[in-house]
Amino acid sequence: MQSYNYKEIFNNNLWVNNVVFAQMLALCPLLAVTSGATNGLGLGLITTAVMILSSLLISLIRPLLTPQVRIPIFILLIAALVTIADLAMNAWLHELHKVLGLFIPLIVTNCAILGRAESYASKNPWFPAVFDGFTTGLGFTFALVVLGGFREVVGSGTLFANASLLLGDSFSMIELTLIPDYRGMLLVVLPSGGFIMLGVLLAGKRLLDKAKVKESSHCSVE
Amino acid sequence: MSIISEKIKKTHAYPALLMGVVSLLVCSLLLITHQLTAQPIADRQREDLSKLLNQVLPVEAYDNQPLDQRYQEEFEGQSYLFYRARMQQKVSAIIIFTSTSGYSGEISLLVAIKADGSLSGVRVLSHTETPGLGDKIELAKSDWILSFAGLSLTLPDLTGWAVKKDGGEFDAFTGATITPRAVVKGVHKTLQLFQDNRAFFLEQQTDPQASSSPLETQHSEHIIKDALVDLTEYRKQRSYYAEL
Repeated sequence: MQSYNYKEIFNNNLWVNNVVFAQMLALCPLLAVTSGATNGLGLGLITTAVMILSSLLISLIRPLLTPQVRIPIFILLIAALVTIADLAMNAWLHELHKVLGLFIPLIVTNCAILGRAESYASKNPWFPAVFDGFTTGLGFTFALVVLGGFREVVGSGTLFANASLLLGDSFSMIELTLIPDYRGMLLVVLPSGGFIMLGVLLAGKRLLDKAKVKESSHCSVE
Repeated sequence: MSIISEKIKKTHAYPALLMGVVSLLVCSLLLITHQLTAQPIADRQREDLSKLLNQVLPVEAYDNQPLDQRYQEEFEGQSYLFYRARMQQKVSAIIIFTSTSGYSGEISLLVAIKADGSLSGVRVLSHTETPGLGDKIELAKSDWILSFAGLSLTLPDLTGWAVKKDGGEFDAFTGATITPRAVVKGVHKTLQLFQDNRAFFLEQQTDPQASSSPLETQHSEHIIKDALVDLTEYRKQRSYYAEL
């Protein structure tokens, strides 16, 4: 029986191999949604939920799959899960659906989910698969919130605007206006600004990783 | 650990069967979810609509349930959806869905017009204008859209129904003239439409059913045809009386 290093999976999916910052996957929903941190958080959470369920389902039917039809089956399952999530949210979480409804179908086009299904869930038992889906989703949420927050602060001078719509009124205190009377920077709010900001963040991550490597090599020399 | 032996998996029929079974399961799952959620979704949408209605029309202005009956009518080749708000059986206002083309696509509007031809309220339902510039037509971003309340075809006059840049009375936004221009034009067009078909919208006739065709009866075509014939008759009569 293979043993699983969950700490490594966690670390890998959240930082080292982050879907956005390292694998550069799922950029289409990413750039469409991250005009603000709140939207990013919402889409991230739904994607995580879909990812957990799809990983679970796919690892459960793993013994039945054959190489010829595995991809169509993954896509069928993911699309069905997204549609169910869309309908269920519309019915029972209507306020949230009004904010995020537009973006939910984008989850189907999220290659990160298919990627995890193909490269992990279809090769591992259900618990590690679910854990992998969960952490990958968290990594995606993290990327969305960071990029969204960054664009929101620079683009419109606020952070987590409208968060109470997403999380309920008790969260209205996290809605911040960092720069009062800010005229806004339109470029950053538009999709092209998303690319630029993503580039800046990627460079930032590289620098951080480089600094880390230097530090550790420095220690070993001593 | 294989439930199905490799031998069966190797056959040509297996992948096709697997695909078929999975599709069938997925479809039934979707059908069940749809069945379960259809009613709650319809309820929520109605709640949304009635909230929207209360934004453009004060509750005191009507005593019926305007949303119970939806009407659809074609004017100049374009189909319009609308609701009639009534006060003591008489139409006190109409709430009409309309659209206008903005800078980067359709802007759909909800316009409430009182029986006297003045605007009760206007809201933008959806648009794809530039965020930060054109999106000030949303109430969430700016209260510009509120400036329409109380206006009518005569207030301001025809030249006033334009943005300031074009010599009219409406403010335009910095960096976005086309969007407010489109909204002003769209609202004006709707007012004009109401003015031109006033009798029809207000059901100023003895038999209220004959003047319009509620959507519910749309399947029975002859009813609509009859209604339309009645309507043209009625319009003729109206103009005749007007001349008197």
